[in-house]
Amino acid sequence: MNNTKMVPVPSRSIIPERDSDKAPILEAFNLGIDFGGLTAVDNFTIAVGRTEICGLIGPNGAGKTTVFNLLTNVYQPTRGLIMLDGKNTTGKSTYQVSRMGIARTFQNIRLFSKMSVLDNVKVGLYNSTKCSFISSVLRLPQYFKSEKQANEKALELLSVFDMESHAYDEAGSLPYGAQRRLEIVRALATNPGIMLLDEPAAGMNPSETWELMENIRKIRDKFQIAIMLIEHDMNLVMGICEGIAVLDHGKIIAKGDPEQIKSNPAVIEAYLGKKEA
Amino acid sequence: MTTVIGQLINALQLGSIYALVALGYSMVYGIISLLNFAHGDIIMVGAYAAWFIMTSLNSFLPFGAVAAIAVVFSILICTLLGAGIEKVAYAPLRSAPRLSLLITAIGVSYFLENMAQMIFGAGAKSVPNIISIGSFHVGKMTVSWTSAITLIVSVISMAVLTVFVKKTKMGKAMRAVSEDVGTAQLMGINPNKTISLTFAIGSALAGIGSILYCCAYAQASPTMGSMLGLKAFVAAVLGGIGSIPGAVLGGFAIGLAETLVSSVGLSVWKDAIVFAILIIVLIFKPAGILGKKKIEKV
Repeated sequence: MNNTKMVPVPSRSIIPERDSDKAPILEAFNLGIDFGGLTAVDNFTIAVGRTEICGLIGPNGAGKTTVFNLLTNVYQPTRGLIMLDGKNTTGKSTYQVSRMGIARTFQNIRLFSKMSVLDNVKVGLYNSTKCSFISSVLRLPQYFKSEKQANEKALELLSVFDMESHAYDEAGSLPYGAQRRLEIVRALATNPGIMLLDEPAAGMNPSETWELMENIRKIRDKFQIAIMLIEHDMNLVMGICEGIAVLDHGKIIAKGDPEQIKSNPAVIEAYLGKKEA
Repeated sequence: MTTVIGQLINALQLGSIYALVALGYSMVYGIISLLNFAHGDIIMVGAYAAWFIMTSLNSFLPFGAVAAIAVVFSILICTLLGAGIEKVAYAPLRSAPRLSLLITAIGVSYFLENMAQMIFGAGAKSVPNIISIGSFHVGKMTVSWTSAITLIVSVISMAVLTVFVKKTKMGKAMRAVSEDVGTAQLMGINPNKTISLTFAIGSALAGIGSILYCCAYAQASPTMGSMLGLKAFVAAVLGGIGSIPGAVLGGFAIGLAETLVSSVGLSVWKDAIVFAILIIVLIFKPAGILGKKKIEKV
Protein backbone atom coordinates (compact mmCIF):
# COMPACT_ATOMS: atom_id res chain seq x y z
CA MET A 1 0.00 0.00 0.00
CA ASN A 2 1.29 3.39 -0.98
CA ASN A 3 1.84 5.45 2.17
CA THR A 4 1.53 8.84 0.48
CA LYS A 5 -2.17 8.20 -0.04
CA MET A 6 -4.31 10.11 2.39
CA VAL A 7 -7.43 8.30 1.41
CA PRO A 8 -9.03 6.79 4.48
CA VAL A 9 -8.93 3.04 4.64
CA PRO A 10 -12.66 2.31 4.88
CA SER A 11 -13.31 3.87 1.51
CA ARG A 12 -11.04 1.41 -0.26
CA SER A 13 -11.17 4.10 -2.79
CA ILE A 14 -10.43 4.35 -6.42
CA ILE A 15 -9.12 7.86 -6.40
CA PRO A 16 -6.96 8.66 -9.41
CA GLU A 17 -3.22 8.80 -8.85
CA ARG A 18 -2.96 12.58 -9.43
CA ASP A 19 -5.39 13.33 -6.58
CA SER A 20 -4.02 10.80 -4.14
CA ASP A 21 -1.77 13.21 -2.28
CA LYS A 22 -4.67 15.55 -1.54
CA ALA A 23 -7.54 14.93 0.86
CA PRO A 24 -10.67 13.85 -1.02
CA ILE A 25 -13.21 16.53 -1.88
CA LEU A 26 -16.07 14.33 -0.75
CA GLU A 27 -16.21 11.39 1.61
CA ALA A 28 -19.16 9.43 2.87
CA PHE A 29 -18.86 6.90 5.67
CA ASN A 30 -21.48 4.20 6.18
CA LEU A 31 -24.17 6.56 4.98
CA GLY A 32 -27.69 5.24 5.31
CA ILE A 33 -31.29 6.41 5.29
CA ASP A 34 -34.54 4.72 6.21
CA PHE A 35 -37.95 5.85 5.02
CA GLY A 36 -40.29 4.43 7.63
CA GLY A 37 -39.28 0.82 7.79
CA LEU A 38 -37.66 0.78 4.38
CA THR A 39 -33.90 1.06 4.15
CA ALA A 40 -33.33 3.02 0.96
CA VAL A 41 -29.54 3.37 1.24
CA ASP A 42 -27.23 1.54 3.58
CA ASN A 43 -23.51 1.39 4.26
CA PHE A 44 -22.68 3.82 1.50
CA THR A 45 -18.97 4.55 1.78
CA ILE A 46 -17.10 6.42 -0.89
CA ALA A 47 -14.31 8.94 -1.41
CA VAL A 48 -14.01 11.22 -4.40
CA GLY A 49 -10.72 12.82 -5.48
CA ARG A 50 -10.31 16.54 -6.10
CA THR A 51 -10.45 16.32 -9.88
CA GLU A 52 -12.00 12.93 -10.32
CA ILE A 53 -14.83 12.09 -12.67
CA CYS A 54 -16.71 9.22 -11.10
CA GLY A 55 -19.93 7.42 -11.81
CA LEU A 56 -22.72 6.03 -9.71
CA ILE A 57 -24.60 3.36 -11.61
CA GLY A 58 -27.13 0.72 -10.82
CA PRO A 59 -30.52 -0.62 -11.84
CA ASN A 60 -33.64 1.54 -11.53
CA GLY A 61 -34.68 2.06 -7.93
CA ALA A 62 -31.25 1.21 -6.57
CA GLY A 63 -31.16 4.46 -4.60
CA LYS A 64 -28.83 6.55 -6.75
CA THR A 65 -30.86 9.76 -6.62
CA THR A 66 -31.42 9.18 -2.90
CA VAL A 67 -27.63 9.22 -2.50
CA PHE A 68 -27.52 12.59 -4.30
CA ASN A 69 -30.25 13.88 -2.00
CA LEU A 70 -28.24 12.72 1.00
CA LEU A 71 -25.03 14.28 -0.25
CA THR A 72 -26.76 17.66 -0.74
CA ASN A 73 -28.59 17.37 2.62
CA VAL A 74 -31.98 17.45 0.95
CA TYR A 75 -32.50 14.35 3.10
CA GLN A 76 -30.81 14.11 6.48
CA PRO A 77 -29.10 10.70 6.76
CA THR A 78 -30.34 8.23 9.36
CA ARG A 79 -26.81 6.89 9.79
CA GLY A 80 -23.32 7.79 8.76
CA LEU A 81 -21.29 10.84 8.01
CA ILE A 82 -20.51 13.08 5.04
CA MET A 83 -17.31 15.09 4.84
CA LEU A 84 -17.30 17.81 2.20
CA ASP A 85 -13.88 19.33 1.64
CA GLY A 86 -12.86 17.92 5.02
CA LYS A 87 -15.85 19.44 6.85
CA ASN A 88 -18.68 17.50 8.42
CA THR A 89 -22.05 18.39 6.89
CA THR A 90 -24.24 16.74 9.52
CA GLY A 91 -27.19 18.91 10.49
CA LYS A 92 -26.45 21.56 7.87
CA SER A 93 -29.24 22.67 5.57
CA THR A 94 -29.09 22.45 1.81
CA TYR A 95 -28.16 26.08 1.27
CA GLN A 96 -25.30 25.75 3.74
CA VAL A 97 -23.78 22.70 2.04
CA SER A 98 -24.23 24.47 -1.27
CA ARG A 99 -22.05 27.27 0.10
CA MET A 100 -19.55 24.65 1.28
CA GLY A 101 -19.01 23.63 -2.31
CA ILE A 102 -21.43 21.05 -3.65
CA ALA A 103 -23.72 21.58 -6.62
CA ARG A 104 -26.08 19.32 -8.53
CA THR A 105 -28.39 18.99 -11.48
CA PHE A 106 -31.62 17.04 -11.62
CA GLN A 107 -32.89 14.04 -13.51
CA ASN A 108 -36.00 16.00 -14.42
CA ILE A 109 -34.75 19.46 -15.27
CA ARG A 110 -35.48 22.04 -12.59
CA LEU A 111 -34.55 25.40 -14.05
CA PHE A 112 -36.20 28.64 -12.99
CA SER A 113 -38.14 28.39 -16.20
CA LYS A 114 -39.81 31.81 -16.05
CA MET A 115 -36.48 33.60 -15.62
CA SER A 116 -34.03 34.40 -18.38
CA VAL A 117 -31.06 32.16 -19.08
CA LEU A 118 -28.73 34.84 -17.75
CA ASP A 119 -30.78 35.29 -14.58
CA ASN A 120 -30.71 31.54 -13.93
CA VAL A 121 -26.93 31.66 -13.93
CA LYS A 122 -26.95 34.82 -11.81
CA VAL A 123 -29.09 33.06 -9.19
CA GLY A 124 -26.27 30.52 -9.08
CA LEU A 125 -23.87 33.41 -8.51
CA TYR A 126 -25.99 34.58 -5.55
CA ASN A 127 -23.32 34.11 -2.91
CA SER A 128 -20.45 35.50 -4.94
CA THR A 129 -22.40 38.67 -5.80
CA LYS A 130 -21.52 41.16 -3.10
CA CYS A 131 -24.15 43.83 -2.80
CA SER A 132 -26.04 45.02 0.26
CA PHE A 133 -29.78 45.59 0.44
CA ILE A 134 -29.33 49.35 0.78
CA SER A 135 -27.05 49.56 -2.28
CA SER A 136 -29.57 47.51 -4.26
CA VAL A 137 -32.53 49.73 -3.42
CA LEU A 138 -30.72 53.03 -3.77
CA ARG A 139 -28.68 51.81 -6.75
CA LEU A 140 -25.37 52.93 -5.29
CA PRO A 141 -22.14 52.36 -7.25
CA GLN A 142 -21.65 49.03 -5.44
CA TYR A 143 -24.85 47.78 -7.07
CA PHE A 144 -23.72 48.57 -10.60
CA LYS A 145 -20.26 47.17 -9.96
CA SER A 146 -21.54 43.90 -8.52
CA GLU A 147 -24.18 43.52 -11.26
CA LYS A 148 -21.58 44.14 -13.95
CA GLN A 149 -19.27 41.54 -12.44
CA ALA A 150 -22.12 39.04 -12.14
CA ASN A 151 -23.13 39.65 -15.76
CA GLU A 152 -19.60 39.14 -17.03
CA LYS A 153 -19.13 36.02 -14.93
CA ALA A 154 -22.47 34.61 -16.05
CA LEU A 155 -21.69 35.20 -19.73
CA GLU A 156 -18.27 33.65 -19.28
CA LEU A 157 -19.84 30.55 -17.75
CA LEU A 158 -22.43 30.39 -20.52
CA SER A 159 -19.63 30.52 -23.06
CA VAL A 160 -18.40 27.13 -21.81
CA PHE A 161 -21.37 25.69 -23.70
CA ASP A 162 -21.51 28.44 -26.35
CA MET A 163 -24.81 29.64 -24.94
CA GLU A 164 -24.11 33.39 -24.71
CA SER A 165 -26.40 34.13 -27.62
CA HIS A 166 -29.35 32.71 -25.65
CA ALA A 167 -28.59 34.76 -22.54
CA TYR A 168 -31.80 36.79 -22.72
CA ASP A 169 -34.16 34.00 -23.74
CA GLU A 170 -36.58 32.61 -21.21
CA ALA A 171 -35.05 29.47 -19.73
CA GLY A 172 -38.24 27.46 -20.19
CA SER A 173 -38.30 28.21 -23.91
CA LEU A 174 -34.92 26.59 -24.62
CA PRO A 175 -34.75 23.25 -26.39
CA TYR A 176 -34.33 20.24 -24.14
CA GLY A 177 -30.60 19.71 -24.63
CA ALA A 178 -29.88 23.39 -24.00
CA GLN A 179 -31.91 23.27 -20.79
CA ARG A 180 -29.76 20.39 -19.59
CA ARG A 181 -26.62 22.36 -20.42
CA LEU A 182 -27.97 25.46 -18.69
CA GLU A 183 -28.59 23.42 -15.54
CA ILE A 184 -24.92 22.43 -15.56
CA VAL A 185 -23.82 26.05 -16.09
CA ARG A 186 -26.06 27.19 -13.24
CA ALA A 187 -24.58 24.52 -10.96
CA LEU A 188 -21.06 25.64 -11.95
CA ALA A 189 -21.97 29.22 -11.05
CA THR A 190 -22.23 28.29 -7.37
CA ASN A 191 -18.47 27.69 -7.52
CA PRO A 192 -18.54 24.08 -6.36
CA GLY A 193 -15.69 21.78 -5.48
CA ILE A 194 -17.78 18.85 -6.63
CA MET A 195 -20.71 18.75 -9.02
CA LEU A 196 -23.29 15.98 -9.01
CA LEU A 197 -24.97 15.31 -12.36
CA ASP A 198 -28.16 13.26 -12.26
CA GLU A 199 -28.54 11.53 -15.64
CA PRO A 200 -27.01 14.33 -17.71
CA ALA A 201 -27.39 12.37 -20.94
CA ALA A 202 -31.05 11.42 -20.44
CA GLY A 203 -32.95 11.97 -23.66
CA MET A 204 -29.88 12.81 -25.72
CA ASN A 205 -28.95 11.19 -29.00
CA PRO A 206 -25.51 9.56 -29.43
CA SER A 207 -23.87 12.63 -30.97
CA GLU A 208 -25.22 14.90 -28.23
CA THR A 209 -24.02 12.39 -25.63
CA TRP A 210 -20.59 12.37 -27.18
CA GLU A 211 -20.51 16.16 -27.07
CA LEU A 212 -21.62 16.07 -23.44
CA MET A 213 -18.75 13.73 -22.57
CA GLU A 214 -16.30 16.14 -24.11
CA ASN A 215 -17.88 18.99 -22.18
CA ILE A 216 -17.78 17.18 -18.85
CA ARG A 217 -14.06 16.59 -19.36
CA LYS A 218 -13.60 20.18 -20.44
CA ILE A 219 -15.35 21.46 -17.31
CA ARG A 220 -13.22 19.25 -15.07
CA ASP A 221 -10.02 20.48 -16.73
CA LYS A 222 -11.01 24.14 -16.80
CA PHE A 223 -12.48 24.42 -13.30
CA GLN A 224 -10.41 21.69 -11.63
CA ILE A 225 -13.40 20.22 -9.85
CA ALA A 226 -14.67 16.73 -9.17
CA ILE A 227 -17.71 15.45 -11.01
CA MET A 228 -19.92 12.61 -9.91
CA LEU A 229 -22.61 11.42 -12.25
CA ILE A 230 -25.55 9.07 -12.28
CA GLU A 231 -26.05 7.68 -15.77
CA HIS A 232 -27.64 4.78 -17.56
CA ASP A 233 -25.73 5.34 -20.79
CA MET A 234 -22.86 2.87 -20.37
CA ASN A 235 -20.88 4.31 -23.26
CA LEU A 236 -20.73 7.61 -21.43
CA VAL A 237 -20.01 6.07 -18.02
CA MET A 238 -17.30 3.74 -19.28
CA GLY A 239 -15.93 6.48 -21.52
CA ILE A 240 -15.29 9.22 -18.97
CA CYS A 241 -15.50 7.83 -15.45
CA GLU A 242 -12.23 7.05 -13.74
CA GLY A 243 -13.94 5.37 -10.82
CA ILE A 244 -17.35 3.74 -10.70
CA ALA A 245 -19.50 2.61 -7.81
CA VAL A 246 -22.38 0.24 -8.49
CA LEU A 247 -25.45 0.48 -6.31
CA ASP A 248 -28.09 -2.21 -5.99
CA HIS A 249 -30.91 -2.24 -3.46
CA GLY A 250 -29.30 0.68 -1.64
CA LYS A 251 -25.93 -0.99 -1.15
CA ILE A 252 -22.66 -0.65 -3.02
CA ILE A 253 -21.99 -3.99 -4.65
CA ALA A 254 -18.86 -3.04 -6.53
CA LYS A 255 -16.27 -0.27 -6.84
CA GLY A 256 -13.50 0.03 -9.35
CA ASP A 257 -12.32 1.41 -12.64
CA PRO A 258 -14.41 0.78 -15.77
CA GLU A 259 -12.54 -2.43 -16.69
CA GLN A 260 -13.04 -3.94 -13.26
CA ILE A 261 -16.72 -3.02 -13.23
CA LYS A 262 -17.36 -4.48 -16.67
CA SER A 263 -16.04 -7.84 -15.62
CA ASN A 264 -17.44 -7.93 -12.11
CA PRO A 265 -19.86 -10.87 -11.78
CA ALA A 266 -21.95 -9.14 -9.08
CA VAL A 267 -22.54 -6.19 -11.41
CA ILE A 268 -23.49 -8.42 -14.31
CA GLU A 269 -25.90 -10.25 -12.04
CA ALA A 270 -27.49 -7.03 -10.77
CA TYR A 271 -28.09 -5.83 -14.31
CA LEU A 272 -28.91 -9.04 -16.11
CA GLY A 273 -30.04 -11.38 -13.36
CA LYS A 274 -28.53 -14.64 -12.18
CA LYS A 275 -27.17 -17.04 -14.74
CA GLU A 276 -29.31 -20.09 -14.78
CA ALA A 277 -27.46 -23.17 -13.77
CA MET B 1 -65.74 67.32 -17.97
CA THR B 2 -63.98 68.68 -14.89
CA THR B 3 -66.08 66.38 -12.70
CA VAL B 4 -65.03 63.40 -14.79
CA ILE B 5 -61.36 64.28 -14.47
CA GLY B 6 -61.85 65.08 -10.80
CA GLN B 7 -63.39 61.66 -10.22
CA LEU B 8 -60.62 60.08 -12.25
CA ILE B 9 -58.05 61.65 -9.94
CA ASN B 10 -59.97 60.33 -6.93
CA ALA B 11 -59.99 56.91 -8.54
CA LEU B 12 -56.24 57.04 -9.09
CA GLN B 13 -55.63 58.11 -5.51
CA LEU B 14 -57.78 55.34 -4.07
CA GLY B 15 -56.48 52.86 -6.61
CA SER B 16 -52.86 53.52 -5.79
CA ILE B 17 -53.48 52.81 -2.10
CA TYR B 18 -55.19 49.55 -3.01
CA ALA B 19 -52.33 48.75 -5.35
CA LEU B 20 -49.69 49.27 -2.64
CA VAL B 21 -51.55 46.98 -0.28
CA ALA B 22 -52.30 44.44 -3.01
CA LEU B 23 -48.56 44.25 -3.78
CA GLY B 24 -47.88 42.97 -0.27
CA TYR B 25 -50.60 40.34 -0.64
CA SER B 26 -49.32 39.28 -3.99
CA MET B 27 -45.63 39.09 -3.06
CA VAL B 28 -46.31 36.98 0.01
CA TYR B 29 -48.63 34.71 -1.94
CA GLY B 30 -46.02 34.41 -4.66
CA ILE B 31 -43.33 33.24 -2.31
CA ILE B 32 -45.10 30.95 0.18
CA SER B 33 -48.63 30.57 -1.29
CA LEU B 34 -50.13 32.19 1.79
CA LEU B 35 -53.06 34.59 1.72
CA ASN B 36 -51.77 36.78 4.51
CA PHE B 37 -55.04 38.06 5.93
CA ALA B 38 -53.13 39.96 8.61
CA HIS B 39 -51.73 42.21 5.88
CA GLY B 40 -54.62 44.71 6.08
CA ASP B 41 -54.21 44.98 9.83
CA ILE B 42 -50.59 45.98 9.40
CA ILE B 43 -51.96 49.11 7.75
CA MET B 44 -54.13 49.72 10.77
CA VAL B 45 -51.07 49.52 13.02
CA GLY B 46 -49.24 51.88 10.67
CA ALA B 47 -52.11 54.36 10.89
CA TYR B 48 -52.06 54.25 14.69
CA ALA B 49 -48.30 54.72 14.63
CA ALA B 50 -48.76 57.85 12.51
CA TRP B 51 -51.55 59.07 14.78
CA PHE B 52 -49.40 58.50 17.86
CA ILE B 53 -46.48 60.54 16.52
CA MET B 54 -48.67 63.29 15.07
CA THR B 55 -50.57 63.84 18.31
CA SER B 56 -47.80 63.30 20.84
CA LEU B 57 -44.94 65.24 19.26
CA ASN B 58 -46.77 68.19 17.72
CA SER B 59 -46.40 70.37 20.80
CA PHE B 60 -42.60 70.03 20.84
CA LEU B 61 -41.59 70.12 17.21
CA PRO B 62 -42.50 72.07 14.08
CA PHE B 63 -45.15 70.46 11.91
CA GLY B 64 -42.80 69.42 9.10
CA ALA B 65 -40.50 67.54 11.44
CA VAL B 66 -43.40 65.76 13.15
CA ALA B 67 -44.84 64.72 9.79
CA ALA B 68 -41.47 63.40 8.64
CA ILE B 69 -40.97 61.43 11.87
CA ALA B 70 -44.51 60.07 11.59
CA VAL B 71 -43.88 58.81 8.05
CA VAL B 72 -40.58 57.12 8.90
CA PHE B 73 -41.84 55.71 12.19
CA SER B 74 -44.99 54.30 10.67
CA ILE B 75 -43.15 52.60 7.78
CA LEU B 76 -40.55 51.22 10.20
CA ILE B 77 -43.20 49.83 12.56
CA CYS B 78 -45.03 48.16 9.67
CA THR B 79 -41.82 46.62 8.30
CA LEU B 80 -40.77 45.24 11.67
CA LEU B 81 -44.29 44.05 12.43
CA GLY B 82 -44.60 42.24 9.09
CA ALA B 83 -41.24 40.52 9.41
CA GLY B 84 -41.94 39.78 13.08
CA ILE B 85 -45.32 38.16 12.35
CA GLU B 86 -43.63 35.97 9.74
CA LYS B 87 -40.96 34.85 12.21
CA VAL B 88 -43.31 34.17 15.10
CA ALA B 89 -46.48 32.92 13.42
CA TYR B 90 -45.64 31.60 9.95
CA ALA B 91 -42.04 30.37 9.99
CA PRO B 92 -42.75 27.53 12.48
CA LEU B 93 -45.44 26.30 10.07
CA ARG B 94 -43.16 26.13 7.02
CA SER B 95 -43.82 22.46 6.37
CA ALA B 96 -47.40 22.44 7.68
CA PRO B 97 -50.39 22.25 5.30
CA ARG B 98 -51.38 25.53 3.62
CA LEU B 99 -54.66 25.54 5.52
CA SER B 100 -52.92 25.77 8.92
CA LEU B 101 -51.03 28.76 7.64
CA LEU B 102 -54.21 30.43 6.39
CA ILE B 103 -55.99 29.91 9.70
CA THR B 104 -52.96 31.29 11.53
CA ALA B 105 -53.11 34.38 9.32
CA ILE B 106 -56.76 34.91 10.22
CA GLY B 107 -55.83 34.47 13.87
CA VAL B 108 -53.06 37.05 13.62
CA SER B 109 -55.50 39.44 11.96
CA TYR B 110 -58.01 39.15 14.85
CA PHE B 111 -55.21 39.39 17.37
CA LEU B 112 -54.00 42.69 15.93
CA GLU B 113 -57.51 44.13 15.70
CA ASN B 114 -58.37 43.25 19.27
CA MET B 115 -55.00 44.37 20.53
CA ALA B 116 -55.57 47.78 18.93
CA GLN B 117 -59.05 47.92 20.43
CA MET B 118 -57.64 47.19 23.88
CA ILE B 119 -54.92 49.80 23.65
CA PHE B 120 -56.60 52.59 21.73
CA GLY B 121 -60.30 51.90 22.31
CA ALA B 122 -62.95 50.94 19.78
CA GLY B 123 -63.60 54.47 18.52
CA ALA B 124 -61.83 56.04 15.58
CA LYS B 125 -58.91 58.39 16.23
CA SER B 126 -58.60 61.36 13.97
CA VAL B 127 -55.17 61.56 12.35
CA PRO B 128 -54.02 65.10 11.55
CA ASN B 129 -53.33 65.47 7.86
CA ILE B 130 -49.69 64.75 7.20
CA ILE B 131 -49.60 66.46 3.83
CA SER B 132 -51.29 69.74 4.74
CA ILE B 133 -50.34 71.87 1.81
CA GLY B 134 -53.68 72.48 0.13
CA SER B 135 -54.09 72.18 -3.59
CA PHE B 136 -52.90 73.43 -6.95
CA HIS B 137 -54.59 74.25 -10.25
CA VAL B 138 -54.27 72.63 -13.63
CA GLY B 139 -56.21 74.87 -15.98
CA LYS B 140 -59.62 75.18 -14.35
CA MET B 141 -59.12 72.02 -12.35
CA THR B 142 -58.27 72.01 -8.66
CA VAL B 143 -56.09 69.09 -7.66
CA SER B 144 -55.25 68.48 -4.02
CA TRP B 145 -51.62 67.89 -3.20
CA THR B 146 -52.70 64.84 -1.24
CA SER B 147 -53.98 63.20 -4.42
CA ALA B 148 -50.94 64.20 -6.40
CA ILE B 149 -48.46 63.04 -3.78
CA THR B 150 -50.34 59.77 -3.21
CA LEU B 151 -50.13 58.98 -6.88
CA ILE B 152 -46.48 60.01 -7.22
CA VAL B 153 -45.35 58.13 -4.12
CA SER B 154 -47.21 54.99 -5.20
CA VAL B 155 -45.81 55.05 -8.70
CA ILE B 156 -42.26 55.54 -7.38
CA SER B 157 -42.69 52.72 -4.84
CA MET B 158 -43.96 50.36 -7.51
CA ALA B 159 -41.17 51.28 -9.89
CA VAL B 160 -38.51 50.73 -7.22
CA LEU B 161 -40.08 47.41 -6.30
CA THR B 162 -40.23 46.24 -9.90
CA VAL B 163 -36.60 47.12 -10.51
CA PHE B 164 -35.59 45.53 -7.21
CA VAL B 165 -37.30 42.24 -8.03
CA LYS B 166 -36.10 42.19 -11.64
CA LYS B 167 -32.57 43.48 -11.38
CA THR B 168 -31.01 42.83 -8.00
CA LYS B 169 -29.59 39.62 -6.62
CA MET B 170 -32.05 39.64 -3.72
CA GLY B 171 -34.93 40.12 -6.14
CA LYS B 172 -33.66 37.20 -8.18
CA ALA B 173 -33.41 35.14 -5.01
CA MET B 174 -37.05 36.01 -4.27
CA ARG B 175 -38.13 34.90 -7.72
CA ALA B 176 -36.04 31.76 -7.44
CA VAL B 177 -37.56 30.83 -4.07
CA SER B 178 -41.05 31.48 -5.38
CA GLU B 179 -40.47 29.24 -8.39
CA ASP B 180 -38.68 26.34 -6.69
CA VAL B 181 -37.55 26.49 -3.06
CA GLY B 182 -35.55 23.27 -3.26
CA THR B 183 -33.48 24.36 -6.22
CA ALA B 184 -33.02 27.85 -4.81
CA GLN B 185 -31.46 26.27 -1.72
CA LEU B 186 -29.04 24.34 -3.91
CA MET B 187 -27.93 27.71 -5.27
CA GLY B 188 -26.92 28.64 -1.71
CA ILE B 189 -29.97 30.83 -1.10
CA ASN B 190 -31.29 30.85 2.46
CA PRO B 191 -35.05 30.57 1.92
CA ASN B 192 -35.97 31.78 5.42
CA LYS B 193 -34.01 34.98 4.97
CA THR B 194 -35.55 35.53 1.55
CA ILE B 195 -39.09 34.97 2.86
CA SER B 196 -38.46 37.38 5.76
CA LEU B 197 -37.22 39.96 3.27
CA THR B 198 -40.37 39.53 1.20
CA PHE B 199 -42.58 40.09 4.24
CA ALA B 200 -40.52 43.12 5.24
CA ILE B 201 -40.81 44.70 1.79
CA GLY B 202 -44.53 43.92 1.50
CA SER B 203 -45.12 45.40 4.93
CA ALA B 204 -43.05 48.49 4.17
CA LEU B 205 -45.33 49.07 1.18
CA ALA B 206 -48.30 48.62 3.51
CA GLY B 207 -46.69 51.24 5.77
CA ILE B 208 -46.51 53.67 2.86
CA GLY B 209 -50.12 52.74 2.09
CA SER B 210 -51.20 53.48 5.65
CA ILE B 211 -49.69 56.96 5.54
CA LEU B 212 -51.40 57.68 2.23
CA TYR B 213 -54.67 56.28 3.57
CA CYS B 214 -54.46 58.56 6.60
CA CYS B 215 -53.91 61.51 4.29
CA ALA B 216 -57.06 60.62 2.39
CA TYR B 217 -59.37 59.61 5.24
CA ALA B 218 -57.70 61.17 8.30
CA GLN B 219 -58.70 58.48 10.75
CA ALA B 220 -57.51 55.31 12.39
CA SER B 221 -59.77 52.62 13.84
CA PRO B 222 -59.09 49.03 14.94
CA THR B 223 -61.07 47.48 12.10
CA MET B 224 -60.03 49.85 9.30
CA GLY B 225 -57.55 47.25 8.02
CA SER B 226 -59.98 44.43 7.47
CA MET B 227 -62.09 46.03 4.72
CA LEU B 228 -59.09 47.74 3.15
CA GLY B 229 -57.20 44.45 3.26
CA LEU B 230 -60.09 42.52 1.74
CA LYS B 231 -60.41 44.97 -1.12
CA ALA B 232 -56.68 44.87 -1.73
CA PHE B 233 -57.00 41.10 -1.75
CA VAL B 234 -59.72 41.39 -4.40
CA ALA B 235 -57.37 43.68 -6.34
CA ALA B 236 -54.56 41.13 -6.12
CA VAL B 237 -56.83 38.30 -7.29
CA LEU B 238 -58.28 40.45 -10.05
CA GLY B 239 -54.83 41.27 -11.39
CA GLY B 240 -53.53 37.75 -10.92
CA ILE B 241 -52.19 36.90 -7.51
CA GLY B 242 -48.42 36.48 -7.38
CA SER B 243 -47.90 38.98 -10.19
CA ILE B 244 -46.52 42.44 -9.37
CA PRO B 245 -47.93 44.32 -12.40
CA GLY B 246 -51.16 42.38 -11.82
CA ALA B 247 -51.48 43.75 -8.29
CA VAL B 248 -50.95 47.29 -9.54
CA LEU B 249 -53.46 46.85 -12.34
CA GLY B 250 -55.98 45.25 -9.99
CA GLY B 251 -55.56 48.02 -7.44
CA PHE B 252 -56.29 50.73 -9.97
CA ALA B 253 -59.20 48.77 -11.42
CA ILE B 254 -60.84 48.39 -8.00
CA GLY B 255 -60.20 52.05 -7.20
CA LEU B 256 -61.81 53.05 -10.48
CA ALA B 257 -64.81 50.77 -10.01
CA GLU B 258 -65.45 52.07 -6.51
CA THR B 259 -65.16 55.72 -7.51
CA LEU B 260 -67.37 55.15 -10.51
CA VAL B 261 -70.10 53.53 -8.44
CA SER B 262 -69.93 56.27 -5.81
CA SER B 263 -69.94 59.08 -8.35
CA VAL B 264 -73.23 57.95 -9.88
CA GLY B 265 -74.81 58.10 -6.45
CA LEU B 266 -74.70 54.41 -5.56
CA SER B 267 -72.02 54.67 -2.89
CA VAL B 268 -73.85 52.26 -0.56
CA TRP B 269 -73.35 49.65 -3.29
CA LYS B 270 -69.63 50.12 -3.74
CA ASP B 271 -68.47 47.23 -1.52
CA ALA B 272 -71.02 44.92 -3.05
CA ILE B 273 -69.80 45.85 -6.53
CA VAL B 274 -66.15 45.19 -5.59
CA PHE B 275 -66.95 41.72 -4.31
CA ALA B 276 -69.22 41.05 -7.28
CA ILE B 277 -66.19 41.80 -9.45
CA LEU B 278 -64.22 39.21 -7.46
CA ILE B 279 -66.87 36.57 -8.06
CA ILE B 280 -67.10 37.33 -11.77
CA VAL B 281 -63.31 37.24 -12.16
CA LEU B 282 -63.08 33.94 -10.33
CA ILE B 283 -65.72 32.44 -12.61
CA PHE B 284 -64.34 33.60 -15.94
CA LYS B 285 -60.63 34.07 -15.31
CA PRO B 286 -59.65 32.18 -12.19
CA ALA B 287 -55.98 33.09 -12.58
CA GLY B 288 -56.74 36.82 -12.82
CA ILE B 289 -55.98 39.25 -15.63
CA LEU B 290 -52.20 38.79 -15.66
CA GLY B 291 -52.04 35.56 -13.70
CA LYS B 292 -50.43 32.54 -15.23
CA LYS B 293 -52.37 29.37 -15.52
CA LYS B 294 -50.72 26.81 -13.31
CA ILE B 295 -50.37 23.42 -14.84
CA GLU B 296 -50.07 20.88 -12.08
CA LYS B 297 -47.44 18.33 -12.94
CA VAL B 298 -48.29 14.80 -11.93
